[in-house]
Amino acid sequence: MAHNESSYQPKSRFAKWWDERLPVARMMHGQFVEFPTPRNLNYMWTFGGILMFCLAAQIVTGVVLAMHFTPSAAEAFNSVQHIKRDVNYGWMIQAFHAVGASMFFVAVYLHIFRGLYYGSYKAPREVLWILGVLIFLAMMATAFLGYALPWGQMSFWGVTVITNLFSSLNEIIPGMGTGIVEWLWGGYAVTGVTLNRFFSLHYLLPFVIAGLVILHIWALHVAGQNNPTGLDVKAKSDTVPMYPFAIAKDAVGMFVFLLLFAWFVFFMPDYLGHADNFTPANPLVTPPHIVPEWYFLPFYAILRAIPSKLGGVVAMVSAVLILLFVPWLDTSRVRSAKYRPWYKLAFWAFVFTCVALGWLGSKPAEQPYVFWSQFFTLAYFAFFLIALPVLGLIETPRTLPRSISESVLGSGSGMPVGAAASPEKR
Amino acid sequence: MASETEDPNRRDFLVVAGNAFAALGGAALLWPFIAQMNPDAGAQALASTEIDLAPIKEGQAITVLWRGKPVFIRNRTKEERDKAIADDSAVLKDPFARNLSLPDSAPATDADRVKAGHEQWLVLVGICTHLGCIPKGQSMSDARGDFGGWFCPCHGSHYDTAGRVRKGPAPRNLDVPPYAFLSDTKIKIG
Repeated sequence: MAHNESSYQPKSRFAKWWDERLPVARMMHGQFVEFPTPRNLNYMWTFGGILMFCLAAQIVTGVVLAMHFTPSAAEAFNSVQHIKRDVNYGWMIQAFHAVGASMFFVAVYLHIFRGLYYGSYKAPREVLWILGVLIFLAMMATAFLGYALPWGQMSFWGVTVITNLFSSLNEIIPGMGTGIVEWLWGGYAVTGVTLNRFFSLHYLLPFVIAGLVILHIWALHVAGQNNPTGLDVKAKSDTVPMYPFAIAKDAVGMFVFLLLFAWFVFFMPDYLGHADNFTPANPLVTPPHIVPEWYFLPFYAILRAIPSKLGGVVAMVSAVLILLFVPWLDTSRVRSAKYRPWYKLAFWAFVFTCVALGWLGSKPAEQPYVFWSQFFTLAYFAFFLIALPVLGLIETPRTLPRSISESVLGSGSGMPVGAAASPEKR
Repeated sequence: MASETEDPNRRDFLVVAGNAFAALGGAALLWPFIAQMNPDAGAQALASTEIDLAPIKEGQAITVLWRGKPVFIRNRTKEERDKAIADDSAVLKDPFARNLSLPDSAPATDADRVKAGHEQWLVLVGICTHLGCIPKGQSMSDARGDFGGWFCPCHGSHYDTAGRVRKGPAPRNLDVPPYAFLSDTKIKIG
């Protein structure tokens, strides 16, 4: 939070009247206009704003879809077709929502990788990071619940398989897993009852996410943004006001993101889905090859890599929850991978691991995919449990610049190259 | 290098043009989110209904559903018709025919409330023009109000045997939907 005197000046008598009673405009001005942002932020820092857009877009399109959707086993599949064919612009809004889920995950994965690369989870941003992981978990739950709603074959069998993960708890306390699964289902199998409660929770969770996002942004604005050097802001010259500088850059990133988004929505709306989900749910026939949506594939690969029911579930859940401990697993005092040659290598190996697991997750559960799934599952956990703690101790970081300004402007106190040139080249 | 900048300069133009473009795009995107609440293709497909009139005997009435609304079809008796025609000259609360097949200015005569050649058939949207209740009077045993047509139990509007409001809070005569006789015993509403 800005501790300095606010530069907010109410422009009208009405604004002044409000400001003395509920200074919302003053707070927004302080947090989103004059808020100091490091002057060296690159485009990887535009995903926060993009993710806010994604959440808002999913809520708006979701509210619209809920107006036309029927959450019953008999009608759900048909009502999605009804939305796509009969409802005015339903073809577009439904595509926005379905593609939007994928785009949301594209953005959140880039956002998480950005955090891992530049050490954005390190003190004093641990709580900020943990809130982010909680948002990620809530997003996964929301996406899973939402994927059930079209009530196609993949929806139905995805729900069956994922809810059955809880039955692995029978290996700890006999009967407990079954009890939990039947409680989730509201029956002895996945039925319309399950669909109905999933619809209710799918509508609820985005608002939980919105609440977490507010806390996430609050925590961000207390600690301030990290930046590509990982250095703390030391002087006012290290920063520029959020408006227009960071906002303008965010807008550019957002437009590029929206181009990709719109390309999927208008030209290949069903590309990211699975053909089996165009077959209505049938509790008597399982499709030959069950796969989750692409954004869950790496975790799915980890689940299948472990040849034990409970072990697989534990590994998969750990793969997500381990992110919570990253601030304390990393022992390095240097934040940014830019100055950590070994960590940089480990980071890109980790990215490759995640992509490889994603690809393996889309393959059938047979050799040689199982072997490689096991290999990359090990690599996945090795990044967190070996690379993060050990590299911080043995690695010699490269020389850090003395300040953010120096990293931008060079060691002299001169102006950045090009700053003197006229902005108006005629 | 030229250092002198005119006002407005090229950057001002780009900012205004860019913002205007984004605002237009945003406004255009708003429309689908409003339009989605309009009646969908499924509702529009139900926009016309065909009704067989043969089973309706003189003095009887049936109620059918058209676009989700009740439509009253009444085979009027001679007395009912004569009474309605006699009341053409009475002081009417709403002097217009409210017949969607006729101009708005058509007077509320009995002739303008029915189809020529099929004067015994009265076809009305069965929704009280006050606040949307369904008036009583379709069944022989119903209270039909002071004018022998329909009586709305919600707030006491009385309609006569041509469906014209004669008493009570309703402001307008019952609407006559667009319909046509396909044959002497068959009509198509909508």
